[in-house]
Amino acid sequence: MSDVLAVVEHRRGELRDVSLELIEAGADLAAELDGELHVAVIGGNVEAIADRLNRDGVDVIHTIADGAEFNHDVYVQAVRALYETLEPAVVLAPHTVNALDYVPAVAVDLDLPLVTDVIDVEVTEAGLRTTRGLYESKIEATVTVTERPCVVTLRPGEWARAGGVSSVPVEAFEFEIEESAVDSHVEGFEEAGAGDVDVTAADFLIGVGRGIGEEANLSVIEDLAEVTDATIAASRPLVDNGWFDTSRQVGQSGKTVSPDVYLAVGISGAVQHVAGIKGANTIIAVNTDPHAPIFDIADQAIVGDLFEVIPELTDQLR
Amino acid sequence: MKILVTFAEVAAVADNFEIEDGAVADRYLEYDLNEWDEYALEAAVSLREEGIAEEVVTVTIGPERSADTIRMALAKGADRAIRIWGDDLEGDPLEDVSTRAALMAPVVEAEAPTLVLSGVQAADDGYGSTGVSLARTLGWQWGAVVNDFTLDREADSVRVRRELEGGIEELTTLSLPAVLTIQTGINDPRYASLRGLQEAQKQEIDVQTPAELGVGADRLEPRLERGELTEPPSRGDTEYVEGDPPEQATAIAEQLIESGVVQE
Repeated sequence: MSDVLAVVEHRRGELRDVSLELIEAGADLAAELDGELHVAVIGGNVEAIADRLNRDGVDVIHTIADGAEFNHDVYVQAVRALYETLEPAVVLAPHTVNALDYVPAVAVDLDLPLVTDVIDVEVTEAGLRTTRGLYESKIEATVTVTERPCVVTLRPGEWARAGGVSSVPVEAFEFEIEESAVDSHVEGFEEAGAGDVDVTAADFLIGVGRGIGEEANLSVIEDLAEVTDATIAASRPLVDNGWFDTSRQVGQSGKTVSPDVYLAVGISGAVQHVAGIKGANTIIAVNTDPHAPIFDIADQAIVGDLFEVIPELTDQLR
Repeated sequence: MKILVTFAEVAAVADNFEIEDGAVADRYLEYDLNEWDEYALEAAVSLREEGIAEEVVTVTIGPERSADTIRMALAKGADRAIRIWGDDLEGDPLEDVSTRAALMAPVVEAEAPTLVLSGVQAADDGYGSTGVSLARTLGWQWGAVVNDFTLDREADSVRVRRELEGGIEELTTLSLPAVLTIQTGINDPRYASLRGLQEAQKQEIDVQTPAELGVGADRLEPRLERGELTEPPSRGDTEYVEGDPPEQATAIAEQLIESGVVQE
């Protein structure tokens, strides 16, 4: 029992990038365990997706053709069946919305310990040692799984994408799906509205976060945007408050942006937000909290009060 | 119908804190309702106000301290509250989400709600797994990361809208009873009124121990061990701008001009 089983993710026929990160992490872990990396793709056009999984470090690709798209009941059954056949030491999945929807159920069914949203993993004598963020990523903690096997989900963006092209055997895995246990029915998908502005096209984005306090305070940002001809984007809480249209939301569930400059104002840098701004050339962050995680990815960090710094900046550029 | 809301008390660290002996001292921690659970509670209370639900019950795993947070939930409209705690839950047992699910499952079975609502994740540890683990432990259906839902009592089902990454939403139908994990933004959580807070102070909180729930000591044996806490390593190339606000503003202005997004 030293192999790793990595279950990749795809949507509407496209392999999601996080799947290649999963392979990179899985290959390292399998090497540490002196085992093999088994990669599984469930549902959809499994053959086409399997072609893209043919990367360095993969030993076997398992295809399970059941279902056109993600369905958590099918995924739970498929991963359970694969697990029982392969008996891996570790089951890996990406920490995504769909993983949140089926991985905990797999862990319950198999009575395996589960660690989610992991940013580092290594094999130690005490067990599998994972690292996770706490308190909105202001602090990191190690969590050691003292029992093997176990299930681990990996935070997107923390590993490189596996490269190379190898010649990996692709094996169709067949199991008897229990149709009566498929009790959820996916009926379709919808895209969030197009909204009033395209934040993905902006060269200079001013991202506003919870630090702005009240809606009336947004005038501070609007003044700067007017003077600099910048586009205003927002973190999730401000969109939840109804202060901005969802089209301006930047982050994991919103838009992914890649401006020349992203000026993050009053944004703490929750992992979901950071996921959407990593493509910016330059990130400038203004926040009163010196431990705000946004500073970990900022090029220029201003620990200060936005209500003092931003009006001053507007005046200087006016 | 009855709705049960799982509620977590979460800790946030103060802006300026220190890690001492691998842990954050309690004086740097502030406890509050978990933001995601506030949206779940609001959804439940709204359904009761619309006459669709008759009762809203909350369940929280937490020490005596968490009674303050639970009373906040009562003040926001929950009818009853159950708190699960015992000395044997100190330390690592709750790191394992399956333990939390095992503790909550007997409460759900005893209360027999039609719907369990839970926040997508807790703001402090962010495991994001309690709701689905609980559903599976109960043998119920579930939906994770739900930003809208509609009950169909005739069909005994619930239509949910799940928020996927990148602005895509999935529409799914689940049979009842079910557990839904609720995403922020699904509604507009209310503030607790002063009168509500005063009345909540008088309400009894039903405290149950693991043993009373039939969860034995062997089930609480930790499989996960939390190690020391550390501050995240700095990326190293972040330039911290010193000085007063005008100097800081000047540094930003120079950067904007240098990047070419603002003309001098």
